[in-house]
Amino acid sequence: MRRFSLASLLKESTKGHTGWERQWRAPEPKKEYDVVIVGGGGHGLATAYYLATVHGVTNVAIIEKGWIGGGNTGRNTTIIRSNYLFDESAALYNHAMNLWEGLSQELNYNIMFSQRGVLMLAHNHHDVVTFKRHVYSNKLNGVDNEWLSPEECKAFCPPLTISKDIRYPVMGGALQRKGGTARHDAVAWGYARGADARGVDIIQNCEVTGLQRNPDGSVKAVETTRGTIGARKVGVVAAGHTGVVMGRFGLRMPVESVPLQALVSEPVKPCFPCVVMSNAVHAYISQSDKGELVIGAGTDQYNSYSQQGGIHVTNHTLDAICELFPQFTRMRMLRSWGGIVDVTPDRSPILSKTPIKNLFVNCGWGTGGFKATPGSGHVFAHMLATGEPHEINAPYSLDRFRTGRLIDEAAAAAVSH
Amino acid sequence: MSQPFRRSSGGHIDRTQPITVSFNGKTLHGYRGDTIASMLIASGSHLAGRSFKYHRPRGILSHGSDEPNALLSVDWRPEKGEGRRDPNNRASVVEARSGLKTATQNHWPSLETDIGAVNDLLSPVFVAGFYYKTFMWPRKFWDKVYEPFIRKAAGLGDAPEVPDADRYANRHAHADILVVGAGPAGLSAALAASEDGSKRVILADEGFKLGGALLNDVTSEIDGKPAAVWVEEMVAQLDARENVIVLPRTTVFGYYNHNHIAMVERVADHRDNAPDGLARERLWQVRASKVIIAAGSHERPLVFENNDRPGIMLAESARAFINRYAVLPGKSLVVATCGASAYRTALDAKAAGMDVKIVDIRLGEDCGPELAEARSAGIDVLTGHTVVKALGTKRVTGVVVAPLGNDGSVGTRRTLTCDCVAMSGGWTPSVHLFSQSRGKLAFDASLDAFLPGQSAQEEVSAGACHGIYDLSEIIADGYKAGGSDTSVSATATFTGFQPVRVLPTDADPKKVKAFIDFQNDVTAKDIKLAVREGFESIEHVKRYTTTGMATDQGKTSNMNALGLVAGLLDRPLPAIGTTTFRPPYTPVTFGALVGPSREDRFEPVRTTAIDPWAVANGAEFEPVGQWRRAHYFPKAGEDMHAAVARECKAVRTSVGIFDASTLGKIEVVGPDAAEFMNRIYTNAWAKLKVGGCRYGLMLGENGFVMDDGVVARLAEDRFHVTTTTGGAPRVFQHMEDYLQTEWPDLDVFITSITEQWAAIAVQGPNARKVVEPFVSDIDMSEGAFPHMAVREGFICGVPTRLFRVSFTGETGFEVNVPVDYAEAVWKTLYEEGRKYDITPYGTETMHVLRCEMGFIIVGQETDGTATPDDVGLSGLVSKKKPDFVGMRSLARPDMLLPDRKQLVGILAKDPNEVLEEGAQVVEDPSLPVPVPMIGHVTSSYFSSNCGRSIAMAMIKGGRARIDQTVWVTTPKGFTEATISTSVFHTVQGEKVDA
Repeated sequence: MRRFSLASLLKESTKGHTGWERQWRAPEPKKEYDVVIVGGGGHGLATAYYLATVHGVTNVAIIEKGWIGGGNTGRNTTIIRSNYLFDESAALYNHAMNLWEGLSQELNYNIMFSQRGVLMLAHNHHDVVTFKRHVYSNKLNGVDNEWLSPEECKAFCPPLTISKDIRYPVMGGALQRKGGTARHDAVAWGYARGADARGVDIIQNCEVTGLQRNPDGSVKAVETTRGTIGARKVGVVAAGHTGVVMGRFGLRMPVESVPLQALVSEPVKPCFPCVVMSNAVHAYISQSDKGELVIGAGTDQYNSYSQQGGIHVTNHTLDAICELFPQFTRMRMLRSWGGIVDVTPDRSPILSKTPIKNLFVNCGWGTGGFKATPGSGHVFAHMLATGEPHEINAPYSLDRFRTGRLIDEAAAAAVSH
Repeated sequence: MSQPFRRSSGGHIDRTQPITVSFNGKTLHGYRGDTIASMLIASGSHLAGRSFKYHRPRGILSHGSDEPNALLSVDWRPEKGEGRRDPNNRASVVEARSGLKTATQNHWPSLETDIGAVNDLLSPVFVAGFYYKTFMWPRKFWDKVYEPFIRKAAGLGDAPEVPDADRYANRHAHADILVVGAGPAGLSAALAASEDGSKRVILADEGFKLGGALLNDVTSEIDGKPAAVWVEEMVAQLDARENVIVLPRTTVFGYYNHNHIAMVERVADHRDNAPDGLARERLWQVRASKVIIAAGSHERPLVFENNDRPGIMLAESARAFINRYAVLPGKSLVVATCGASAYRTALDAKAAGMDVKIVDIRLGEDCGPELAEARSAGIDVLTGHTVVKALGTKRVTGVVVAPLGNDGSVGTRRTLTCDCVAMSGGWTPSVHLFSQSRGKLAFDASLDAFLPGQSAQEEVSAGACHGIYDLSEIIADGYKAGGSDTSVSATATFTGFQPVRVLPTDADPKKVKAFIDFQNDVTAKDIKLAVREGFESIEHVKRYTTTGMATDQGKTSNMNALGLVAGLLDRPLPAIGTTTFRPPYTPVTFGALVGPSREDRFEPVRTTAIDPWAVANGAEFEPVGQWRRAHYFPKAGEDMHAAVARECKAVRTSVGIFDASTLGKIEVVGPDAAEFMNRIYTNAWAKLKVGGCRYGLMLGENGFVMDDGVVARLAEDRFHVTTTTGGAPRVFQHMEDYLQTEWPDLDVFITSITEQWAAIAVQGPNARKVVEPFVSDIDMSEGAFPHMAVREGFICGVPTRLFRVSFTGETGFEVNVPVDYAEAVWKTLYEEGRKYDITPYGTETMHVLRCEMGFIIVGQETDGTATPDDVGLSGLVSKKKPDFVGMRSLARPDMLLPDRKQLVGILAKDPNEVLEEGAQVVEDPSLPVPVPMIGHVTSSYFSSNCGRSIAMAMIKGGRARIDQTVWVTTPKGFTEATISTSVFHTVQGEKVDA
């Protein structure tokens, strides 16, 4: 792998950049791999990368139906934060946060992790109590999070309206200064380049259609549109289509898939310094390095695999944005799109063994998977390499829906009474 | 002369209405019917902006909404003050009128002299994706140094900084047929579709004048008439039909499921005198039985060195400026083309008096009759020539051309001087809406274009977006789409082009800047680099180079990029894939999407019938969900603490009155009502007698507490259910969901009656005395009307459902009356209560009083992870019922563990210290991070009745920890506290045990 650096960039600039090599190969599938990862999104690519770098497992294939990073990795609003309430969540997302912080350097790929701060606004007494509960819990768990008064919110995010005259005045906010955004495509490409350089085969435009099993019931091979590929272990990391893939393997997953929409405005000069999220008014916003306002909100109400939602969701999202930032009504929506998110009964992910031996699954990230990408890949690689969960992902078993040990962050942030 | 390049006659402009527009502080002259672009060209200038990355001077590429370069900040009504300026308006579509204040963007200090142009010199470094390869050291520098620098350099115009002074409207409509685009195909389709008068037709076009490309056409005849006359007659006929709505200035931007079409109409910006209050834009949402897409096509630029210099434009756009706007793009024109259509531009330019030369990539034998026609018009045509590069910086001064050998070699260069270039790289049908409708695109190699293939919804494409370029065929296709076959004779049109991706050159391609995506400064070099680095899918190429991601959304660039990638990989073009088109077709103002849902109309404030009384009596309010509720009633000089202390005391010692109207209320009616209640709630309902009340507990499927409330049985088959204020819609939905999907066999109806019944709580030792005098038809004696009973009768002569319930621990009545009578009843009770110093109280006092009694509030003590046992309510879970929602989940092993969080009281060591709600509780604060937490404070108040602070908490294994010392977080650290039981107050007098 040719290292990226200012020196190599300058050197190439004198030669018309003809010396750069492919960032990842386009190999023919081998007959058999130690590990086959189904799904070439950020989580799958990170899993492969850490299998190779942490565990020395390099006989690995990533099988991607379309093109890598083309699903939710390339469709989300790139917000990264780790200020979750419960110990289990704090551990998982902060594990990711710690990896994010050195990721550009580790991958030798500038993923543009920008710790510009994530400010979550409180608009009613219930929000205030809930966020304070988060702040206290986070502090005790060593997670960065602090409470700001409305004036402090305004100072941190000058475009914000803290007028008492709006429908739901800002009553304060929880700020995670370490939070921010990253360039989502670069995350996929950086992991792909790093994994490929260590021997991982990235096989694009190849769909997994079935599973072959040994007489003892364990995993033997995956069937694909490019033939049967032997696999000692299989990890399914297929996000919104996990239910489909696992269905082909004969397993029914406790997930529902729904569209989640996002949009960007036309690019403008810097006018928005941080990430702002509001659960009560219900929208979130940041500005990309290119200048686009990046905006999202909740999911559509109906289960679907179609990456297209209704315009009413877009309208409601912008209602909320323009309520908090009335100066933006004259901005224009440039692009809107949808992704398919897989949601579990407690809205926390599943990183787990399955009833089929040597088949593992990593799914259920719902609307919040991007921020966890490095952490998710890191612990899932551990599970694929050792066959047992990492202590961080042990609570995220499929079994919890049977035992009742749920990790329900969304319920804990319950709506106002 | 201020308009040196204005033609003396012709064009769709109104020379009787001269106008002036401010452009970078200078004055542009023109006429109604002009755009800013045509006025700029009339002045003799093309310079209209600086590019995104390299800050290269840019001109006007197009005459339509696909313009990538000429983006302006426009203040639409500067005379009216602030709030009407916005960035990134395309000069080519801004309908000019006097008074507009426009400015170019993305340069410093000026458009002519831009320091940022140094980036152009650094362009060998600033290639596609260069930022992924550097700016990584030192680590802290990314968001402190590099990123702010990049952010400042990026972006186009400046975002508005003050709230919008305009308003926006919304309209919903149904149509039998919606026609998109009013060019020759769309006009024909709309006419045919509306012919028999039986169908409602909507015709929408993004332009301010209908006619599409026919407006640029001064030579074609249709049915023996000049094209412009034919357009006028068609529009007049459509306007005259009552079943047709004709909408100019209306962009169809979104094609959603079930033929749900979104379009935006520009209503006010073009008006000289827009009445105050007229909406600026209107969002139309149309449900159409059928959609006819007649959206036309986009011309492709040619890709050669410096093809972005001002003065270089698309060939059809040059024709539009000459014919429609009656301005000459220059004096001396070179038409560079790989197809026939650009010859029309050459002929019209020649006829308009310009000096014209044609450079055609095609060999002479590959050309059609257009070649002879041009030559006979006296135009010099070089066939088989390539354009090597353009000369000039802020304005093109010439082009270097060279003959192409049979082997593709580039021969001797020669220079053609000129001051404008019209280029044509062929045509791309506008399949955006078809693709949005989820239709499948099909590649047509003969047209080198994607065309509509298999439909997914009820739509049909017609005309150029359907791959039909011949005028008479376009019109016939329109009629056919509209439902009739009419043969029309129209002038034959030149068709056909030979696609070229990047024009052949003898220059070192590594050093050539030939632009594919103008706005995002993506060159052919960048795309080659992306492919070299393994980005092979078009989606990867797009994302790595940003081609097609600009505000023009790649309308002029996508096919050139796709073709180049296919060529580099030596794969057929469809194998590279095409991107999925998504809404919007062109950028849409947030305001239009928001519509009237702003400010007071963002979300309605729900108020109760007693709200006006609370306002008049000085209440402070708090938002609770959508409701506005009285928080407390301060007297002069009182703060919240003092007011709440007084209110609490009053309820315990005499009587208080409280507006409980926001509580959710649902009537459950039917022969199976009791059975339904049995299944929805954890406790049993069959034995509840008519006239009795019972506290009900409801779980979600996962076994956690979802809602609670008092339920009254009004009749064998009728229950009056109350819910929490915030939970009312959720509970109703939950009930309805089960009724419809799980238990359709139950004969039960549920009705929300929250808005029909107001509830007035009268609480305290003197409550009975206040209520009793006004009640008729109800025996108010203690024996006949005990605690937890309901009676129907009259109060103050109006019907009431009178509940004997208490959420305070004191004797209490909840007077439910129809909302229309509520304020009058409230006032009557209040007047009577003055004898006992009745005190109105708000939500804060209600919270304190119930906390004193240890009553939970769902959503405060519970957070969606608490079981009935966790909050001490296991007694409400029936052991006898065969099933209820959540029962199975309660049996899961983790739900029964002893270390679950349990509801307890928690008392600060310092009785004057009020713990913070949300604070975490630990056993040992001296432990290092992560400090193990045992729970959190859920409710916390100062209780004047108890003479100290009180609080409730959810604590792991809490019921076994009574009297244990713990530590609670504070903003400064920790404070000491003791676990206690959760009942803090003992009520004297009449016993209640709610």
